[in-house]
Amino acid sequence: MATTHVKLEMRHITKEFPGVKALDDVTLTVRAGEIHAICGENGAGKSTLMKVLSGVYPHGTYAGDIVLDGEIVEFKDLKASERAGIVIIHQELALIPELSVTENIFLGNEVVSKGLIDWDLARAKTKELLARVGLEVNPNTAIKNLGVGQQQLIEIAKALSKDVKLLILDEPTSALNEDDSENLLELLKGLRAKGLTSIMISHKLNEISEIADAVTIIRDGQTVERLDVADAPVDEDRIIRGMVGRALESRYPDHTPHIGETFFEVRDWVVEDPTIPGRLLCKNSSFSVKRGEIVGFAGVMGAGRTELARSIFGRSFGVFRSGRLFLNGKEIHLPTVESAIAAGLAYVPEDRKTHGLNLLDTIRKTIVSADLPKIVRNGLLDEDEELRASEQYRQALRIKTPTVNEGVSKLSGGNQQKVVLAKWMFTEPELLILDEPTRGIDVGAKYEIYTLIQQLADAGKGVVVISSELPELLGMCDRIYTVCEGRITGEVLREDATQESLMRLMTTTTAAA
Amino acid sequence: MKSLKGLFSGDARQFSMLFALVALILFFQIATGGKVLTSSNMINLINGNSYVLILAIGMVMVIVVGHIDLSVGSVAAVVGIIVALAMRDWSFPWWAGLLLGLAVGAVIGAWQGWWVAYVGVPGFISTLAGMMFFRGLNQYIGKSNSIPVPDQFETLGGGFLPEWGPNTGMNNSTLLLGVLAVAYIVYREFQLRKRAKRVDSQPASWTVVIVRSAVIIAVIVYATYLYGTGRVGTSFPIPGVLLAVLVIGYTILTQRTVFGRHVYAVGGNKSAAALSGVSTKRTYFFVMMNMSVLAALAGMVFIGRSTASGPFDGTNWELDAIAAVFIGGAAVSGGIGTVGGSIIGGFVMATLNNGLQLMGVGSDRTQMIKGLVLLLAVAFDVYSKQQGKPSITGYLVNGLKRQFNVTPVEPAVVPAGVGNEAVTDAPAVGAAPVTATTHPTGDARTEREDK
Repeated sequence: MATTHVKLEMRHITKEFPGVKALDDVTLTVRAGEIHAICGENGAGKSTLMKVLSGVYPHGTYAGDIVLDGEIVEFKDLKASERAGIVIIHQELALIPELSVTENIFLGNEVVSKGLIDWDLARAKTKELLARVGLEVNPNTAIKNLGVGQQQLIEIAKALSKDVKLLILDEPTSALNEDDSENLLELLKGLRAKGLTSIMISHKLNEISEIADAVTIIRDGQTVERLDVADAPVDEDRIIRGMVGRALESRYPDHTPHIGETFFEVRDWVVEDPTIPGRLLCKNSSFSVKRGEIVGFAGVMGAGRTELARSIFGRSFGVFRSGRLFLNGKEIHLPTVESAIAAGLAYVPEDRKTHGLNLLDTIRKTIVSADLPKIVRNGLLDEDEELRASEQYRQALRIKTPTVNEGVSKLSGGNQQKVVLAKWMFTEPELLILDEPTRGIDVGAKYEIYTLIQQLADAGKGVVVISSELPELLGMCDRIYTVCEGRITGEVLREDATQESLMRLMTTTTAAA
Repeated sequence: MKSLKGLFSGDARQFSMLFALVALILFFQIATGGKVLTSSNMINLINGNSYVLILAIGMVMVIVVGHIDLSVGSVAAVVGIIVALAMRDWSFPWWAGLLLGLAVGAVIGAWQGWWVAYVGVPGFISTLAGMMFFRGLNQYIGKSNSIPVPDQFETLGGGFLPEWGPNTGMNNSTLLLGVLAVAYIVYREFQLRKRAKRVDSQPASWTVVIVRSAVIIAVIVYATYLYGTGRVGTSFPIPGVLLAVLVIGYTILTQRTVFGRHVYAVGGNKSAAALSGVSTKRTYFFVMMNMSVLAALAGMVFIGRSTASGPFDGTNWELDAIAAVFIGGAAVSGGIGTVGGSIIGGFVMATLNNGLQLMGVGSDRTQMIKGLVLLLAVAFDVYSKQQGKPSITGYLVNGLKRQFNVTPVEPAVVPAGVGNEAVTDAPAVGAAPVTATTHPTGDARTEREDK
């Protein structure tokens, strides 16, 4: 495995955009047959580097050389890099949901004989490829019927069909649950054993330390260092030190909770799937939140945590069947999102780009958007008040932007998440439900978000955190509920919880006592 | 101030179209040897296009919310025939006819809005159906005949403001409008300064204020002169007054009210809007309903101008209105577009029509030119966005800047190395350990890893 042959060298790559140097003299060396990880915070330049490599930014738009197998290559587009055996799998999968596995794998690369597609041959080849990635599905299955984990494997099968020599994976496991991630990493190890070279971009440092043979760290568009597992073991702390420039003492801020009385309660909540009648998404779920408390919800993806939260938040998901809500001891009914906001609830959705933000809007308009009546004077929106409020939140949350008149689409992920938080803090809620509040944002921004969550709790609010990252729940929450297949299967205090005990509860299908 | 653009606050695209409009008018003025900027031609320009411009106001809201309305021409026609009949056969007075027309528009709008909002039929389909249905209804009710309308109604479509007061050598009503407009511009500048001080930001320098106001006031004064000194008995036309009132009212509605914000929110991201407590159905419903009410108004203005309601009134109006909205900078995917921009877009098309006609260009070639203008205007926008280059405005403004060497008169609000600012002056919110790693400006634009 430890060959000395260098597969890829990117030498002194500099890429400038108007007004900003995205890459500044970056060097990357990847040996043949290794899994090479690239780490860096959001905006460090990882994706730009991969776009240069794969020809998305064609030769001539950057300075420096790309050397593949000892020869300088000049890709003019994505097709050209694919011909050289470089295949990139993006974070958002490029599969077409309505088409079958076979059709997707050979899309743009169809098996043609005599001008027509040879579907029999294509299916036979598909079976072979599926076997190589260890996936047992019918090649005629439509992609939309497969889980995210399986889809990820289809992407890899597609790459293999193109006779890939260098596989680039951009955040391959960010949308996968623990099992699927483990599965994928095993597959990558297997492909490595067969001689495939891969480059992997990931925020999940534990995965990197598990499978990478070498790590290149990029910060602010520059190569910081290259760590080789053969020289010294590379653990998470070592990578973080490189990424942020110094060691991060703790990933979770210290916090002494001040927990008050129970003020929000959900009893026997039952919700049905909106498209499949009879299938229950929440099965008699009951839970409570105290003032000043941070309550976690653990569960694998699809367990029903988001569905529970959204159905409580003004029945914005699923079909409500039965259940009762109590706020400050009084029963409340929240048939619409409007009524939920008015009652003092806030829900920060898991996917900020599709559910949380209007990317066409400015920061200023976004921050006030969930509680417009608050800035109405004489029937009209008071723009002074809007500016004042948004400016206040920009400063309090340290949203990094020149002005609040900037479009939210121009912000980095962490700052976008802060804008969404600000939008909901502006409604002055009693209970905040945060769905995956730190997904896809970098270590530094995560810490700031954690601090904010603690401050909200200290201000006497109840905070519910839904997260797929167990360490995050263990680091942040005072109490954790586990959810499995729509059922609340456990309730554990922080002191008593471990990753193992939570994992066990998340996979039991019997209800909690 | 970084560019001339700062002189005119607001949408960049809108500004560029305003620029194009002025250039177009000047071009035709020269090409026709001065036939464009005459009072009778300018009156024609307003009267002959007011109904399409009224439609454009409603259409931009429909397009922003993410739908399209193809039925406006047919709705205008059916309202026209009903109103004409009511006044002729049921002896409705003119004002009752007007109210009836608006009510019929509201009912038709509620019908279309219901299909779009509560049944979920896309606007394109439900209004395509409406386009056929209401065209047929117009011809069924009117038995495909033309029905004349009373004199008072003709005032609505082509009337003039009254003469009164001392002899100023101008129409005094027009003069009054001009004075009011100038007074408003001055008032607004003072308001802007006052607000800038209140919110503690840098007000525009006096040079900017004076240049900006002077340009706008000069245009108003010239227009007042043009309309005020026409043939005796003429003035700024009544449809123009109606249009001005609607533009102001709808600009406030879309920019300064909760409903207006909801329109943009639903058009920008429907599910994010829904999760922010916006009723998407209610928004769709009222936007569609409003469109039909405006179509009814446009239909009545038109029968007033043409003195009768006929079976082919309003044919292709929907296309003219849609073209105006897209030339005015709206996005096909929704969420972007303004009333002001659409009006300017409408005037660009109207000026093209008018100027080419005065040059003696036939309607065949005029249509070809209009088609290409629409295509190029939107194509340029798309291309600019893809390239990340400045839009038409950017080119015009930068070009001008080099030519006239405009000196920066306002300190740049945005320091070059942003980001740090936000960190240093931030108050209490706990100290994050990682302050060393601020990203370069605009990194999100060059690299978006966290979708």
